[in-house]
Parts: sequence; C-alpha cells; structure tokens
Amino acid sequence: MSSDHVGNRAGSDAELVLRTQALESLLVEKGLITTDVIDAVVRTYEQDVGPLNGAKVVARAWVDAAYRQRLLTDGTAAVVELGFSGAQGADIVVLENTPSVHNVVVCTLCSCYPWPVLGLPPTWYKSYAYRSRVVREPRTVLGEFGLELPETIEVRVWDSNSDIRYMVLPERPAGTEHLSEQDLIPLVTRDAMIGTAVVHSQV
Amino acid sequence: MNASLNHHIAGMAGEIALPRQNGELVFATPWEARAFGLAVALQEAGAYEWREFSAALAAEISKAEQAGSGSTYYERWLLGLENLLTARGVVTPAEINDHMAYHATHLDHDGHDH
Repeated sequence: MSSDHVGNRAGSDAELVLRTQALESLLVEKGLITTDVIDAVVRTYEQDVGPLNGAKVVARAWVDAAYRQRLLTDGTAAVVELGFSGAQGADIVVLENTPSVHNVVVCTLCSCYPWPVLGLPPTWYKSYAYRSRVVREPRTVLGEFGLELPETIEVRVWDSNSDIRYMVLPERPAGTEHLSEQDLIPLVTRDAMIGTAVVHSQV
Repeated sequence: MNASLNHHIAGMAGEIALPRQNGELVFATPWEARAFGLAVALQEAGAYEWREFSAALAAEISKAEQAGSGSTYYERWLLGLENLLTARGVVTPAEINDHMAYHATHLDHDGHDH
C-alpha cells in the first residue's frame, strides 16, 4: 500500500470537504465516474435502504388487512408493491407474530438478511454466538436482548438461506389504535422485524 | 435514479465495519456520504475490486490506531481511497493537490452540478 498520499494527515473538516471535492472532480474529469452515479449511490444508502422500508411494510400491514394478507402470502410481491426491490433473487417470507407465537430470524450459515427491507445487518446478527445459540436456546438469547416471553408463547426460530429471507411482522402494540399509518412507522424497530424485540406503543 | 444495492457493503465487518445506527448508515457530515458514494461508485464502475478497497481502508485504520490518531472512520476511508487510487496510478498526488487548490479558490461548496 502506498503511503505517499497528498500533504499532511487530513485535518479540519474544511480540508476534508476540499479533499473529497477534489477527488470527485478529478475522477469525473478523467471520465471514471459521473456525479449522477455518485448521487444515486449516496441517495440509495442514505434514504432508501434501511429498516425504515421494513417499518413502512409493517405499518401498512397493521392498517390494511388486505395488504397484510398479501404480505403473508407472497412477501416479495407485497414488498415490491410498496416500491422496494426484492432480495437479490431470494424470496422474502414474512412471519406473523400472534399472541401465541413469536418468530425470530437467524442465518446459521452466514448472514442472509432481507436487506431491501431491513438495511444492513447488525454486527450481532453475523456473530457466531447469535447464529449458534438462538437455535439452541432461543428464550435465553431473547432474554439477553431484554425480551422475556411467557412460557405460553411458542418461540419459532427460522433459518434464512440464499433462497429465503425471513422478516417478522410484529404484533401491533395495544394502545396504538388511534395512530395513523404514518405515526406507526417510527414505532417499528429493526430488532422487532428480526424478532429479537417486540414493538412498544412508545419509542 | 437509484443505484442498486451493493452486497459488498453488507459484508463489511470487524474493524472495517461501517458506522451505523439501528442498521442504517450514519454520515456525520455531507462529505462523509460523498466519500462513501465515491468509493462504492468506483468499485461498481470497475475501477477496483472491493477487497482492494477494504484492504486499503484496513491499512489506514491500523496506521491511524498505531499512531494513536483520533481521526474518524470516514477520514480513514478517504485516505484509504486516495492511497488506493494513487497506488494504482489512477490519479497522482499532484493532480489531487491541483484540484484542491482549484476548489479552495473557487469556493465551490457544492462540488458538482445538480
């Protein structure tokens, strides 16, 4: 690796702004890249990818029974319906939490993850500890996430793979009956859609 | 226009893991997002393999840590990107300096047209 980069170590924010602009304009001038392409990349990762997409899916399912049915029947199509892309050839399968069943998702082999709806997987999702333990002792692992489930609730663990990416449809919390779809979205967390948390009526 | 997702980004773990909050990327300032977009767009354009960029970033992180530098993740990201591009002869340090001087005098805060 060359260490002869320009000037001194990057310092002030103003200098970093300049360095970034300089690199960009230089690469554009050389025809290696266009500003439109960079804009698109930034916009995609800044706004369009993240658990917010999944939260929109969940909120819609909570207020629209027909959508909920379509989501549970064909997750991929229902996600695309809201304008989000599919998961690189894999099917998105949505698992419904009920008063008697709690679902939790893992990928024991690697880190398969429904990231068009959930964004980038959290570090712990990829950890060996989570991948190996959540199958064996789900209640203990969920307890470590702060989620204590009564024995009356059955815990189901779903192992994602290259063909199927699971996402949990959490239960709509009590006390949110008066909230609109828009107001429900911020309540839905990433962990609730992995199944290591439930949604609460307040953030 | 939206870019499609780049699976290399999801695979970045350990010391080179991207700063995130609730699973979303976090950019403290606009230039950080720009530097991120540059590196991803260049890889997608075929300027280098993602593992080469990852190695350049990891080298910059370990250099900064050994020096006890308080530099941020995206400062190291930007320097790693500069190092990779200069090492490959894509750009030269002199060219970067010229462009910095140009932007400094032209007060081009936006850096590109919209």
